[in-house]
Amino acid sequence: MKQLKTELVSQKEIAASIYEAVVFHKEINESFQPGQFVHVKTGFGSDPLLRRPISICHVDPNKHELTMIYRAEGKGTKVLAEMVPGVEVDLLGPLGNGFPVERTKEGETALLVGGGIGVPPLYYLSQELTKRGVNVKHVHGFQTSSVVFYEEKFKAYGPVTITTADGTYGEKGFVTNQLDMNADYLFACGPSPMLKALENYRAKKGVYLSLEQRMGCGIGACLACVCHVQGDETGFAYRKVCSDGPVFQAGEVVL
Amino acid sequence: MSRLRVELPGLDLKNPIMPASGCFGFGKEYSQFYNLDQLGAIMVKATTHEPRFGNPTPRVAETTSGMLNAIGLQNPGLDRVMAEELPWLSRFDVPIIANVAGSTIEDYVTVAKEISTAENVHALELNISCPNVKEGGLAFGTVPETAYEVTKAVKDVSSVPVYVKLSPNVTDIVQMAKVVEHAGADGLTMINTLLGMRIDLKTGKPILANGAGGLSGPAIKPVAIRMIHQVSQQVNIPIIGMGGVQSAEDVIEYFLAGASAVAVGTANFVDPFACPTIIDALPALLDKLDVQHISELTGRSWKTEWNLQSSSH
Repeated sequence: MKQLKTELVSQKEIAASIYEAVVFHKEINESFQPGQFVHVKTGFGSDPLLRRPISICHVDPNKHELTMIYRAEGKGTKVLAEMVPGVEVDLLGPLGNGFPVERTKEGETALLVGGGIGVPPLYYLSQELTKRGVNVKHVHGFQTSSVVFYEEKFKAYGPVTITTADGTYGEKGFVTNQLDMNADYLFACGPSPMLKALENYRAKKGVYLSLEQRMGCGIGACLACVCHVQGDETGFAYRKVCSDGPVFQAGEVVL
Repeated sequence: MSRLRVELPGLDLKNPIMPASGCFGFGKEYSQFYNLDQLGAIMVKATTHEPRFGNPTPRVAETTSGMLNAIGLQNPGLDRVMAEELPWLSRFDVPIIANVAGSTIEDYVTVAKEISTAENVHALELNISCPNVKEGGLAFGTVPETAYEVTKAVKDVSSVPVYVKLSPNVTDIVQMAKVVEHAGADGLTMINTLLGMRIDLKTGKPILANGAGGLSGPAIKPVAIRMIHQVSQQVNIPIIGMGGVQSAEDVIEYFLAGASAVAVGTANFVDPFACPTIIDALPALLDKLDVQHISELTGRSWKTEWNLQSSSH
């Protein structure tokens, strides 16, 4: 975990209000793992004040570049979307614990399920799993056709099924209607109703879910992003989404 | 003597900068970024008798140049703080100011009595101003009689000096300061957060699950400066100032208002290096202001020339 004053290399809107930003810093390398995130200072003054947690979509260790995809919706991400190549982007990272890529073996199968802005970290995951010889399939859900992104890019690693809530693109409905029930692993990132629906999926070797939560510090000090632990009778046990997660094995925390 | 060294009741500070309670946990997270020896002191997370989970999430919401929080005094409880957190911090050469909270006077007394015996705890910060708990907290800090009672009760049992953390959510902050001074407080820390709320336009409901929360960050600095300016002229105990401190310039402003040391809160969340960066920047700023020792600045905004001459050196 480091504070990196990166340089914005490129930024473009790849779907409605969905931005892809690439940053460079010589310390961006293979230590950044799929499922981890960076905590980004958007803007330069005290407004917006707090950093924004953004998942890591791709890391190119040779070029020392990191790609992040975010939705410009709130004040901070809108400021970030205005930034032009060449400016400094201050980020903390890599933060948190990512997907357990190292547990997977060649020839195993993994189902990657993403919802909306939860899709980007699965891209880096898909790349790393494929490198290990894991067979990946993707099921990505979006609200509507205008916010669908990265379909072709994911296809380079395995089959992609797209769902839209309004049926304007791909299959109408939710990702849960499109699940292949025979995968060794299920890896998912998305809104909590989606994660709840996936919690009881029976993957042979493990179900891992990446949670979203409002954060303060991003490093485990402020206790803004805590969640309860399943089966804890005292009520005092907790996990911090930022530093214990954001990826948890299904059944570990209360969603 | 170093130009930044400050002596306060119970505290021999190598510099007057310390992270504020609730914004630094028990130090572990920030020790990954820098050596905590650099800090003047550490105000650790509030400790209650029993463990507390705190409030449901969302617990934070950003505001213009600030943030609201409603963590709800989450902490592992007195026993674990004594057995694990404070011993872990003893590897650093830095005095700890233990923040003590509770929902009854007995709670405060129990925690204060025991935690003040820890070797590295050099002072207590009596938290009678947390806005995010249903019982105790703010209720003690907004009624003069109960503030007096809890301060006195804690003073009676504490082995180290007691600083009382004042709430800005009162009509007359000077009265509260005088009351706790009269009860025996060795110092004041001010200010705690201001009660606030944000409402989500989509849901029409408050963003924080708790509804209201405590406002911190640069947005509240002028309120803190004003209150310290008022209080420091009316009491004879030192003030550790806090509220939106982000830079060495902010620290100087607090000293001019009447503070003798300064705590850094929300800025730690934005920049994990906030405290050491401020400490490093202070000597050059003192040069620029033609000030030999930082303590010379305390209260300069209201002291008369005669006062200034007699209080320096």
